[in-house]
Amino acid sequence: MDLELMINSFPKLLSAAAITLKLLSVSLIIGLFIGLFFAILRINKNIFISKFAYGYSYVFRGTPLLVQIFIIYFGLGQIEYLRSTVLWVILKEPYWCAIIAFALNTGAYTSEILRSAFQTIKPGIIEAGKSLGISNKVIFFKVQIPMAIRQSLPAYGNEIILMMKGTSLASTVTIMDLTGVAKYIISTTFKPIEVFIVAGGIYLFMTFIIHNVIKFLEKKYIY
Amino acid sequence: MEILAFGDTGWGDELFYATLMTIAVSITAMFIGFLFALIFTPLKLSKNKFLNFIANSYTTIIRGVPELLVIYLFFFGGTGALMFVASIFGYNEYIEINAFITGAFAIGIISGAYSTEVFRGAIQSIDKGQFEAANVLGLNKFRKFIKIILPQTLRLAIPNLSNVWQITLKDTSLISVTGLVEIMRQSYIAAGSTRDPLFFYSFAAVLYLLLTFVSMKFINRLEARYSKGY
Repeated sequence: MDLELMINSFPKLLSAAAITLKLLSVSLIIGLFIGLFFAILRINKNIFISKFAYGYSYVFRGTPLLVQIFIIYFGLGQIEYLRSTVLWVILKEPYWCAIIAFALNTGAYTSEILRSAFQTIKPGIIEAGKSLGISNKVIFFKVQIPMAIRQSLPAYGNEIILMMKGTSLASTVTIMDLTGVAKYIISTTFKPIEVFIVAGGIYLFMTFIIHNVIKFLEKKYIY
Repeated sequence: MEILAFGDTGWGDELFYATLMTIAVSITAMFIGFLFALIFTPLKLSKNKFLNFIANSYTTIIRGVPELLVIYLFFFGGTGALMFVASIFGYNEYIEINAFITGAFAIGIISGAYSTEVFRGAIQSIDKGQFEAANVLGLNKFRKFIKIILPQTLRLAIPNLSNVWQITLKDTSLISVTGLVEIMRQSYIAAGSTRDPLFFYSFAAVLYLLLTFVSMKFINRLEARYSKGY
C-alpha cells in the first residue's frame, strides 16, 4: 500500500471531483426540463405525441450512454452543414457534447419517473380542483406538478446517483473529471488499488451526501 | 448498404461477430453476478452483524462507484493481483489475463451487486407463513429452499432482474476501453478506418436497441411462465 501516493493524489482527485459535480449539476438541470417536457407529452391524449415521447425515452434508455456520447461528439461533427452553423461553437467542445448527451439521457429517465408520478395522482384530486372552479392551468401548476415532484423524489434520487456515475464517461471524450484523472494517475504509476480507494472514496462520499439530501427532502415534503 | 456487406469489402460480418461477443460477455457477466448474489444474499439476510457489514459494503461500494472506475481497477489491477497470487505459489512469469475474462468479471461484480439487492428484496417479501408452513411440514433446509422459497423468489425477482440484465447489457459497452472487440469497440475501429463515425455509432445504437428489444420479449414470456397459478 503506497500511502504517499494516496495522500499526494487526493488534492488532484478532489479538484477533478469539482468538474464531475459541475457536469452533474448542469446536466441534471437541463435534463429536468427535458424530462418534464417529455413527461407532459407522454400524458397527452394525442396518440402521435405520446408515442413520440415514448420513442424518445425508449431509444435513450435502451442504448448505452457511451454510444450516445460518441454519436454526439464524434458523429455530429461529421455533418458539414452543422460545422457552418452557430451550433458548432458548442458541438466542437467535448465538455458541451458530454453535457448534451448526459442531459438527453437523464431527461429520458426523468420523463419516465415524472410520467408515472403524474399517473399516480388520483383523478379525484383533479376533479376536486375543477369542481372548485379552478382553471386547468392552475390545477396543473399548483396541484399536479407539486404532487408529482413529491411522488418522484425517491426514484429521482436514484437517478441523480446513476447520473453521477454516468458522468465518469466524460473521461472517454478527453474531459479530466474524477475518473479521467484517476485513470491518468493509474496509468502513470501502475498503482490501481490505491487510486481506486481514493477516487472511489470521493464518489462514495458524494453518493452519501446526495442520498441524505434526498432523504431529508422526502421527510420535509411528506404528506 | 455496401459498407455493411459481409466479407472483405464491408463491416457486416465484423459487426455481427461483435454483437455475438456483446451477447456472450453479457450472459457470462450476468452469470458471474448470480454467483456473487448467491454468496452475498445469504450474508445480507444473516443475523450476524459482521456478515451483514461485509455484504452491505459490497453492494454500497459497487453501486456508489462508477462502472468505468471498477473496470479500470480490474483492467490495470487484475494482472498485478493475479501475478502476486501466483508468486506466492512460486510462479514468477508474466501472466496476461484475457480481455474477455477481465471484462466479464468486472461487469459481473457490478451486476452481482444489483442482483443481490433484487434477491434480498424478493426473499424478504415472501410471506412469513411460507417459511413456517415448510417447517411444519418437516422439510429440511435444502428442500425448503428449493421447493418453497426459490420458485416464489424467482417469480418476484424476474421483473427486477430484467432491469439488471438491461444494465449489464449496456455496461458491457464500457469494456471496449480494455480492447475487447464487442459492438462498441468494433464500431470504433470501423469509424476510424472509414471516417464515418456518425453511421457506425448510430448503427451500434440500433444493435443495442435490437438486443434490449429482443431480450425484453423473451423476459416477458419468462415472467408469464413463472406467474402461472397467480
